[in-house]
Amino acid sequence: MVTENVEQMTRKETQDNRDTNMMDELNTPAQRFKVPDPIVKVNNVNLFYGTKQALNNISLDIPKNKTTAFIGPSGCGKSTLLRCFNRLNDLIDSVRVEGEILIDDDDIYDASVDITELRRRVGMVFQKSNPFPKSIYENVAYGAKISGENRKSVLDEIVEKSLKGAALWDEVHDRLNESALGMSGGQMQRLCIARAIAVEPEVLLMDEPCSALDPIATGKIEDLITELKEDYTIVIVTHNMQQASRVSDYTAFMYLGDIIEYDTTETIFLNPKNKQTEDYVSGKFG
Amino acid sequence: MNKFWKNGDPFIWLTGVALMFSLLMIAGLMYLILAKGLIFFWPNDVAELDLKNGGKVMGEIITREKVPSKGDAVPDEYRTQLKIGNRDLYGLDFKWIDDDKIESISYPKYAVVLERREWGNMYGFIKKITEDGQVISEGNQESWPVLESLIPVYAKIAGDIKSIEKGNIGEINHQIENYRLKIRGLELEGGDNKAQIEEYESKVKEEEEEYKVEEEKLSVLYKEFTKDKITMVSVDGREKEMPLGNIVRAFRPNSMNWFQKASLYTSRAWGFVSEYPREANTEGGVFPAIFGTVLMVILMSIVVLPFGVLSALYLREYAKQGTLVRIVRICVNNLAGVPSIVFGVFAVGFFIYGIGHSIDSFFFSEALPNPTFGTGGILWAALTLALLTVPVVIVATEEGLAAVPNEIRHGSLALGATKFETTWKIVIPSAMPAILTGLILAIARATGEVAPLMITGVVKLAPQLPVDSYFPYVHLERKFMHLGFHIYDVGFQSPNVEAAKPMVFTTALLLILIVIALNLTAIVIRNRLKKKYTTSAV
Repeated sequence: MVTENVEQMTRKETQDNRDTNMMDELNTPAQRFKVPDPIVKVNNVNLFYGTKQALNNISLDIPKNKTTAFIGPSGCGKSTLLRCFNRLNDLIDSVRVEGEILIDDDDIYDASVDITELRRRVGMVFQKSNPFPKSIYENVAYGAKISGENRKSVLDEIVEKSLKGAALWDEVHDRLNESALGMSGGQMQRLCIARAIAVEPEVLLMDEPCSALDPIATGKIEDLITELKEDYTIVIVTHNMQQASRVSDYTAFMYLGDIIEYDTTETIFLNPKNKQTEDYVSGKFG
Repeated sequence: MNKFWKNGDPFIWLTGVALMFSLLMIAGLMYLILAKGLIFFWPNDVAELDLKNGGKVMGEIITREKVPSKGDAVPDEYRTQLKIGNRDLYGLDFKWIDDDKIESISYPKYAVVLERREWGNMYGFIKKITEDGQVISEGNQESWPVLESLIPVYAKIAGDIKSIEKGNIGEINHQIENYRLKIRGLELEGGDNKAQIEEYESKVKEEEEEYKVEEEKLSVLYKEFTKDKITMVSVDGREKEMPLGNIVRAFRPNSMNWFQKASLYTSRAWGFVSEYPREANTEGGVFPAIFGTVLMVILMSIVVLPFGVLSALYLREYAKQGTLVRIVRICVNNLAGVPSIVFGVFAVGFFIYGIGHSIDSFFFSEALPNPTFGTGGILWAALTLALLTVPVVIVATEEGLAAVPNEIRHGSLALGATKFETTWKIVIPSAMPAILTGLILAIARATGEVAPLMITGVVKLAPQLPVDSYFPYVHLERKFMHLGFHIYDVGFQSPNVEAAKPMVFTTALLLILIVIALNLTAIVIRNRLKKKYTTSAV
């Protein structure tokens, strides 16, 4: 409750700020930051919830096999932007998206795109761990089964590989047929990661994956993210700036639907160009 | 004082009292039904009452109560109700005797009670047993072992007769009816099919020949059935001769110990649930009613579950939530409150006269003008109850679907599942316990419903069960018996209300037990599913 109130208050304050002294900066969008080997390209994306605009003319590139973090205060649009990459925003009726998002140079908002195919290429881990009310095995095998894989041996292999990939195999290999809901919070979240990587996506989206976990479980997930980077392109939304600095290679600071600054994580945290970014990462607001 | 009200203690008491009150009412109801229903099978001692006027009566003492309508001036007087049986001798089974007319009460040790296929119980003493007119034993004591040894013999003959009547002759009748319908169908078709008709007619003749053979067997059995005769003498000296085949059970309650009584109790209780009714439903068992009730509820469940779940799925998962859906939801809720007889009337108009008549004219035209589906039957009754209970299932399912967290849906969609796959593989299994809760409520409501059934297919006495060994084995068009209606019929429509009264409670108890059994089945399934999809908040 308390944090919620504080958040609301800061939002209100920042809203006021925006109306007055920050208009100049917003009118000159941050120059497009060049990244090596971009896999996702976002070009001039505007997103509206009904009439309310949530993303303002966003353009950025996400590098392949790196971890990119989106940071910013609540309501700045970082989760919304993340959900554009697998079109999960489509589930909300009032959402309208303008502009283009290219993954491997295909526009994912093109009418010809098969959304289920897209979502197999772009996996996602949610803020609240959401294992299905099934066994651990069934959870991991779900994606493969949906894609039409029914051979037991193949599924077994996928399950083992994914659970090992998510550093969970040693803990659960002897109780694969037990309900996933009997696991600890950290295990559940790693199971969700295993489930996501079981379909071998190109991009893995993580929406505040550690916000509901204790420090030890968080540490495990962070180690995992560092390992997964080898094979996957990871985009992570986080509230925790230490986490962003620990796990990510690139960081984008967002504020009220704008990308204020996007650069290597080192630059953002040690040498930000923008005053607002500096205030945020140093904890002066947000 | 103010603080006393504020701290909420009185409110806690109030809630406690409310709960207590509900529990007491349920306990009272169960106590009444259990107490009155369970004693029905217990063999009571037989009392002999010597009256002051020199007369004698014998029977089971049922109750003793204050004599009403004597005014305040007279001191309280009591009277005793006696089940005297021997309806063929006295005309009535029950008799009230004022206490001041009773000289003494005794319990003659070897008084015999006969349970008969006709005319109800007989209380008295055995005078003699004859075979083809020859006396084989005489006197109450001497005849008892003979009677005991002969009863199983006659039970076997009765079984044989029944198996011929229901089995062989039933089969022949069934075949003859089949051929008759085929002939009629061919006649209706017209054209050149004389040869076929003749073929069927010859087959009918064959069956009729067979029928004669069976009839012959039957008449032999019937002759055997009346070979031995027993002569009973009542306490007031009146004699009655009857064939031994008429006797179902014979016992001497006054000389039985507790274990013998308990075993007789068990056998009578088993007879009650496994036998067919006798004597206008006031005696014998209620097996066809149990069968009809359970089958109807199962049929209803088969219809209502998919129907209700699919409707709820559309309302909650696919329909755009707005005014229209809200109106539909209100209508569904209101439908649950419509009096059941209204559904019955609708079913008569729509199912029976509408659909049933159309089915008859398309598929069973050869049987017309006798309706097949165009009259009440177990299918229509089950559909009526499905209609009646579908709102319950819809509401419960909708609640279950609403309780499935959106994160899980999104998790599935994010893995590339379509909405259909998500609904089918994730959402429905998660909502299954709630769906089954809805089904449990529907079953509980449907089992107890009587009013709409009375006009859609329930009858006082159904000659055949809706399931038998003739193709297509399940006869959905047949009329059936139902425990709820049986209670009403036995208790309030029977010519012998006093005799039927304990049976009403027993039947009510049985109905409650069946509701509990059906619900328990569903609850066990639900709990197993819950365990499978356990939703712990770790």
